[in-house]
Amino acid sequence: MRKIKELVIEKSLFTSALVTIAVTVGIILVLAVEAVRFFSEVSILDFFTDTQWTPLFTEKHFGILPLLSGTLLTSFIAIAVALPIGLSISIYLSEYAPRSFRKTVKPLLELLAAVPTVVYGFFALIVVTPFLQEIIPNLSGFNSLSAGIVMGIMIIPYVSSLSEDALHAVPQSLREASYGMGATKLQTAFKVAVPAASSGIIVSIILAISRAIGETMIVAIAAGQQPRLTLDPTVPIETITAYIVQVSLGDVQHGSIEYRTIFAAGITLFVLTFLLNTLSYRIRKKYHLKYE
Amino acid sequence: MEPTIHKNNTQDLKVNEVLQKKPPTIEVKEVKVWYDDFMAIKGIDIAIKPNTVTAFIGPSGCGKSTFLRLFNRMNDYIDGYKMEGKIKINGKNINKKKVIVEVLRKEIGMVFQKPNPFPKSIFENVAYGLKIQGIKDKNFIQKRVEKALKQADLWEEVKDNLKKSALALSGGQQQRLCIARTLAVEPSIILMDEPTSALDPISTAKIEDLIRELKKKYTIIIVTHNMQQASRISDYTAFFYIGDLIEYGKTKKIFTNPEKKQTENYITGRFG
Amino acid sequence: MNSIQKNRLKDQLFKFWGIFCTLIGLVLLIVFIGDILIDGISRIDWGFITDLPSRKAEKSGIYTALMGSIWILLLTSLIAIPVGVAAAIYLEEYSKKNWLSGLLEINISNLAGVPSIIYGLLGLEVFVRIMSLGASVLAGSLTLSLLILPIIIVATREAIKAVPSSIKDASYALGASKWQTIWLQILPASGGGILTGVILALSRAVGETAPLIVVGALAYVPFAPQNPMDEFSVLPIQIFNWISRPQHGFIENAAAAIIILLLITFIMNGIAVYFRNKWQQKWK
Repeated sequence: MRKIKELVIEKSLFTSALVTIAVTVGIILVLAVEAVRFFSEVSILDFFTDTQWTPLFTEKHFGILPLLSGTLLTSFIAIAVALPIGLSISIYLSEYAPRSFRKTVKPLLELLAAVPTVVYGFFALIVVTPFLQEIIPNLSGFNSLSAGIVMGIMIIPYVSSLSEDALHAVPQSLREASYGMGATKLQTAFKVAVPAASSGIIVSIILAISRAIGETMIVAIAAGQQPRLTLDPTVPIETITAYIVQVSLGDVQHGSIEYRTIFAAGITLFVLTFLLNTLSYRIRKKYHLKYE
Repeated sequence: MEPTIHKNNTQDLKVNEVLQKKPPTIEVKEVKVWYDDFMAIKGIDIAIKPNTVTAFIGPSGCGKSTFLRLFNRMNDYIDGYKMEGKIKINGKNINKKKVIVEVLRKEIGMVFQKPNPFPKSIFENVAYGLKIQGIKDKNFIQKRVEKALKQADLWEEVKDNLKKSALALSGGQQQRLCIARTLAVEPSIILMDEPTSALDPISTAKIEDLIRELKKKYTIIIVTHNMQQASRISDYTAFFYIGDLIEYGKTKKIFTNPEKKQTENYITGRFG
Repeated sequence: MNSIQKNRLKDQLFKFWGIFCTLIGLVLLIVFIGDILIDGISRIDWGFITDLPSRKAEKSGIYTALMGSIWILLLTSLIAIPVGVAAAIYLEEYSKKNWLSGLLEINISNLAGVPSIIYGLLGLEVFVRIMSLGASVLAGSLTLSLLILPIIIVATREAIKAVPSSIKDASYALGASKWQTIWLQILPASGGGILTGVILALSRAVGETAPLIVVGALAYVPFAPQNPMDEFSVLPIQIFNWISRPQHGFIENAAAAIIILLLITFIMNGIAVYFRNKWQQKWK
């Protein structure tokens, strides 16, 4: 009796674990099935080379490039903000700051990542854009600049916390060896600690990029809904994620080509983040081996 | 230890070499150390003789490592560390504000308990101290690395593999590499914090031979748990107990005819 | 200036830069919150919380959205916690090292990195269309459950890992079965850690907007949901809707609703941190 009970429990636990596999399979199937239907109507070549994305207009173009460029542009701005600040914070906290300071500041910074993204969107649109318009007069009300900057602030803790963890794991004895030869803290940080923690730091950066690419609400609120192939951060653009939101808010018939565009856009997004996540997983595995 | 201003680094190092011909004097007066409320060193006076090997012995937690780390101010980065008293090297108080701690540490090398080579190549490990001083002259660095590795008796074993990762060396080789790394910046004093405690007997013997050889040019202070080692290699021995210096004198005297009962108890193995 | 002085100067400069960067993050957080408080605090009164949405900004309240958020929170907890904790127990205590455990491992790590809007697409197709749940609270909760599943699993595994194996050994030595050991020893011992992870995951769910928009949650719902099959809105969507309106009154409403949402998020985070600290002390 007891044996049967144990077995039943084990099997149900196992089933729960399998749910996670089902989720992945589900995501891939859903995206793939709808994308295949989409590509039966739109040529893949057009999808990747057409420079216009106008599925909701009468003259339809299905070129993903404008959405992709919008996604990459906002992500690039976000990383340009988060990377230097986040890395500096992690180095300061692990190499310079007193322990008590580090212990209070780290959770406070992590609060930045806990704020719902719709709140950041509000901030980008209502506060940051009007502020930037004082400096850049021809900045549009919707633009990738303020969306990107605010997104960068949001992902600071992704870079700083994970990098700090990696730096923290570097043995103190290596630092002492460096100090002992007359190196400053800065020299020790950049010549010894950062190289030793490099894989962990790279993982944190990749995860931050992946997070930026998948971010939705900030760009949907503050960056605009005009797909356009541009590197100009002052004009309205549209990201892949914002497009999916735009279509979802509208009244699009299930089974129509418009409906399928969000899955075609979705699979592009999924492949991008999947590649980044897999890369970071690989590096993390290697890095664990190095320290254990 | 004055922060002297030199025109360029190569010259800087030459001045350094001149300094070495005049062996350094080390005097410690009324030194006390606290970690937060805990008093780790309770007022110690000692004068270290130049060009000798001085061993610090005593049971774990007696403060000997803390004391050793005072000479190159390695305790500075520890939270809650506080210090009182004077440590004078060549007559200059090393805790004065105007002393540049980086210059001090260039002058006073340190070898640690566990071999701690950087995860870089053998060559880069030895060249590290020179590079952080901003020296770019490749020839000069090359010569210094070779000289330091020879001094540390490691050259023959690694000369064909200088590009190899230092982590691939054996423990004993790693520790000799760490010694070479210290020698490359040509310090006048070398601090060693239980340098052989993580090594096997053969590697230990090699390091001990090396210490005997180095003493001709350098003043060496070594913390050790191993009393045979202290008696084998040191000229002077200082016995520490719970933050106090109990006895200090010629090694031979300490080990054959100590003045204090506590010292005798410790070296005869009655406690520790 | 010689090179040592130059290096010391650089060292000092970097130190100040590091302090500056650290503080700028915190200062921005304070500026955010301060600005939103100024914009929205005067709008908050009892009516704002109990009123139904309206075309007129000054008459609009968050009642339906708040109720929707509470429904979502409860249903998501009911679905995600048992499945997540069970999966974590399996992976930590039962799973043997083989290709399947490796696959599960990579898979969970990957799921944690999938953008939330992709979960929305999954929910739209599977729950809304195939299972014909429509744009209901249940469909939204199922979608968010899948989204936070990896977070719960990772946190629970960490908590279980932290339980000393001596406790397990003691239980087995007294003749307890595997499940008895897990149920009576490991789960109570890791409870604080699991709770922390669960609360953080749920706080994430409360703030999610994009996947629910994709699933079809509405910006305007005249009534609060009465059962799991009802249509719904949630606070973040209500905020999003108000931000998108041009009239200034709605911006004020958005700020006021953000204050409520942040309050919920921060309280949940605070409780999580409290449990974490309490739990960590236990093992010291």
